[in-house]
Amino acid sequence: MMKYLEKIGDDFFYYLDQAGRMGIFLFHCLLGILKPPYKLGPTIRQIHFIGARSLFVILFTGAFTGMVLALQGYYALRKVGSEGFLGSAVGLSLIRELGPVLTALMVVGRAGSAICAEIGIMRNSEQIDALECMAIDPHKYLMAPKFIAGIISLPLLTFVFDVIGIFGGYLVGVGMFGVNEGAYFQGMYSSVEWRDIHMGIVKSLVFGLLIIWIAASKGYFLHFERSGGFGAEGVSRTTTNAVVLSSVTILVWNYLITAILL
Amino acid sequence: MEEIGKETGKEGGKPIIELIDVVKSFKQQKVLDRVSLTIREGTTMVIVGGSGQGKSVLLKHMLGLLKPDQGKVLVFGRDLARVSKGELKDVRKEYGVLFQNVALFDSMTVFDNVALPLRERTKLGENEIRAQVEEKLSMMDLEGTGEKYPAQLSGGMKKRVGLARALILNPRIVFFDEPTTGLDVSRSNEIYRLFYKTQTRLKYTAVIVSHDVPKIFKLADYVALVADGKIQECLTPEDFQLSENPAIKSFVKETMGPIYSSEEEEMGFYEADQR
Repeated sequence: MMKYLEKIGDDFFYYLDQAGRMGIFLFHCLLGILKPPYKLGPTIRQIHFIGARSLFVILFTGAFTGMVLALQGYYALRKVGSEGFLGSAVGLSLIRELGPVLTALMVVGRAGSAICAEIGIMRNSEQIDALECMAIDPHKYLMAPKFIAGIISLPLLTFVFDVIGIFGGYLVGVGMFGVNEGAYFQGMYSSVEWRDIHMGIVKSLVFGLLIIWIAASKGYFLHFERSGGFGAEGVSRTTTNAVVLSSVTILVWNYLITAILL
Repeated sequence: MEEIGKETGKEGGKPIIELIDVVKSFKQQKVLDRVSLTIREGTTMVIVGGSGQGKSVLLKHMLGLLKPDQGKVLVFGRDLARVSKGELKDVRKEYGVLFQNVALFDSMTVFDNVALPLRERTKLGENEIRAQVEEKLSMMDLEGTGEKYPAQLSGGMKKRVGLARALILNPRIVFFDEPTTGLDVSRSNEIYRLFYKTQTRLKYTAVIVSHDVPKIFKLADYVALVADGKIQECLTPEDFQLSENPAIKSFVKETMGPIYSSEEEEMGFYEADQR
């Protein structure tokens, strides 16, 4: 019994410690964004890495998500004779929920894992210590461009995902099932309001911050991992943890934001 | 070729690094137990000791990468355990560090690695940066390697790039963590020659953690032995080798003595090998 209680207490303090460290890390990174000098080059390189290089996977998933939404939506709406609402069903689902969430999950898999591994290897090979000893703030030099890039790229990728998804739905709904083209777009136009778009933007901004925060801090504090962060196995284990934690956090925050903004 | 070796026991200037009763434990294990050490400006302090005795932990305290549980780490009179992040950064502006595994940024070219401190810490233009980087690379006999990546270099070359990066801003203190680990004898000598050449020219204070005994004694003004979590003694290399301190005698015997403790033991190993 005592051992069990000890284990719970140990776990509690471990996670509290980790949460505190991550909180302070985020604070320093946000401070790093605000502190001059402002260098555009590293930020653009990160936007290219997180944003531009995720474009293909976003186009692909966006198109197929829109297509399957139209497929399922048409099947359900036909039962009640409301195929005309297909456009609004596809549009609302994508803009409010699926666009931001699936884009974020794709970016977690593609860029979040890479960021965690990159920072983790830098930690293991003393490159972060070297930066600190050179009086270069790693929060500003390494992390700030990634945070800015994440916050800029996610809404843009979500926008691309939504647009491609809507056209994917159009292909299936109008092209395959013969739903009226005007009804598809008119239904969407009349049902999607500014607050739906606003919700999508807020979600993608928050997800952008969360992805970079979790991935970068997991890599940065690799040496504090209880399971042992050193070596190639440590990096791979921490990267897996970062991906899982980011994905779960995104789904939890998706619910919270929806509940708050609804 | 330049002769390595110099007059040892130089008095040096005022104390630049002072460790006062530093205690550090990791979980239950006390790694440093009331360690005190003074390093004076312009001198070369060599810290020796067996594996796991706390040499690197001691160095990390001087670098501000670890904070002591008790005691003070004074650098330029400022206690690194109690300074703000900004003050620590100011202290580190006077540092150059050559890490054991060099810690070069592997996604950057050699040129960019050496140029990084100049780009991030000064407002120099790209032409001036290029001139300074090329000068340092040439000082390290690394002309023509600027466009290569660290992975394309040999161990010795990586160390020289690391040294060029450590010296690019002409620091007042340079720390060397096992500078010749993993290098063969001739590459090690090359690093020592470069150390001697650059220190003579740039007049920096050097702190070297090493187990390359006795060769490293040629470069030292003072040698400190870390054993059992304490600085056993800090002496000139000559006095160190003649010391009657049991810990030093044992260290000198282990590192500089014969492999076998007696002729019989050597014969015993030889015969076992034959069997």
